[in-house]
Amino acid sequence: MDIILQGIKEGFLLIWSLDPKIIEVTILSIQVSLAALFFASVLGIPFGALLALRPFPGRKALLNITYTLMGLPPVLAGLIVFLFLSTRGPLGYFQLLFTPTAMVIAQVLLGFPIVAGITARAVMAQPQEVYDTAATLGATRRHAVWTILRESSLGIIGAVTTAFGRLIAEVGAVMMVGGNIDGHTRVLTTSIVLETRMGNDSRALAIGIVLLLLAFIIMMTIFQLEKRSFKDDTSIQIV
Amino acid sequence: MRKLFKNKKFAVLIMAIFLMGALAGCGNGADNNADNNTPAPAPAPENPQIKMATTTSTQDSGLLDAILPEFTKDTGYEIEVIAVGTGAAIKMGETGDVDVILVHSRAAEDKFVEDGFGVDRKDVMYNDFLFIGPKDDPAGIKGTDDAVAALKAIAEKQATFVSRGDDSGTHKKEVKTWAAAGIEPAGEWYKSVGKGMGDTYRMADEMKGYTLIDRATFLANQDKYELEAMVEGDKLLLNPYGVIAVNPEKYPNVNNDGALAFIEWMTSEKGQKLIGEYGVDEFGQALFVPDAK
Repeated sequence: MDIILQGIKEGFLLIWSLDPKIIEVTILSIQVSLAALFFASVLGIPFGALLALRPFPGRKALLNITYTLMGLPPVLAGLIVFLFLSTRGPLGYFQLLFTPTAMVIAQVLLGFPIVAGITARAVMAQPQEVYDTAATLGATRRHAVWTILRESSLGIIGAVTTAFGRLIAEVGAVMMVGGNIDGHTRVLTTSIVLETRMGNDSRALAIGIVLLLLAFIIMMTIFQLEKRSFKDDTSIQIV
Repeated sequence: MRKLFKNKKFAVLIMAIFLMGALAGCGNGADNNADNNTPAPAPAPENPQIKMATTTSTQDSGLLDAILPEFTKDTGYEIEVIAVGTGAAIKMGETGDVDVILVHSRAAEDKFVEDGFGVDRKDVMYNDFLFIGPKDDPAGIKGTDDAVAALKAIAEKQATFVSRGDDSGTHKKEVKTWAAAGIEPAGEWYKSVGKGMGDTYRMADEMKGYTLIDRATFLANQDKYELEAMVEGDKLLLNPYGVIAVNPEKYPNVNNDGALAFIEWMTSEKGQKLIGEYGVDEFGQALFVPDAK
């Protein structure tokens, strides 16, 4: 119990003292995960919508693959990216292994199926009437599709936040392709692993608290943005 | 709820998941029974479970897998191995989470005993470290047996050097050698990766850098990678292992009888012989040199 209290105390001291090492590591964590989230969303939302709205041969199979990959183990994603980027791998020429870029690539691989899969679900959950109403009101096909996406935005934001939660907390992939190099590719999660391995449990807990606070702040920001774009009638009123 | 289960398919799916869980549980139970039924070759001691924290090198080199079955046969003790860095292994001893530790960092071991956490420390064996590096050898150190001169050359050329950076015994040895060279390594060329030996080896290979490695890990993995032995044979690079029982006065719950039996066996004629033989068949040379007194 002592070590837990000590860790929590140390966590707040660590934040309070603005330890430059921790700041550096925190900034890299934010950069990598937000960059990966950005690419995963830019690719995943349209892909998910396409899977939901457009019948084409192999659509069912693609949907199933996407759902399966939502559970892609991070170390496996890391290993695949590692093998591609290794000096002996097909993309070794670019010398990307053990760089933040490699970490972003691995995390996009993890985030993309989550964003696409949950987006597809959210869009498919919309009743046919949404499209029909838009169409009768004289919307073009494109406008009608846009209306459906707008109606699904709660679910799509859910997709993005879920993916973000996975990416910021993920350690297997970034450890493998980033290499946890001090001052270069070390992030919050890999720091926790390292501190634990060195037996610095309270410092590991402290960094964990920094990570949780960071996730809290970013999630809050996303929800604030969400609030702004919705009227209050989005939550269900139980009378 | 009722509405949910009206959908038969859904109910079947849920049941299938629970059933799978239940079956998995049964499987484990059966295994445990099988274990209990096997007769132990030696009379079973009162508390036959020993927990040992050790460094990754003893585990990854395959030494423990080779000798521990003999220990179990001779004494009836089963030993659970937790392989971590020396720092973490000693910490587990300090918190009384294990019964015995087998580590390699003399200064930290002595402190562990001095602080009253450990008793009955014994030398067991040593192995050695060597510097390995890329074939083209940018620092020009291949073939010397002077670790200090080699590090000076690496620092001067700013050749890529990959450091464990994890407070492990190997890392401490590296830090000590840099100190002996009067260099505080820093800069783009010095990569502190905070990883175990196997991962560090792999990263050094990818980056075509130099690194310090224990001989066992090097011999066991050298087929997979391209790095070559550069500097070996320096006295500075010897690596003695000690075995220490966790103090039963501090932690009455530890299995002190088991710990003592393990220490006695490791330093016995038979244990020492097995240690000295390990690796000869596979690698053409022993990985560890027994040196119990």
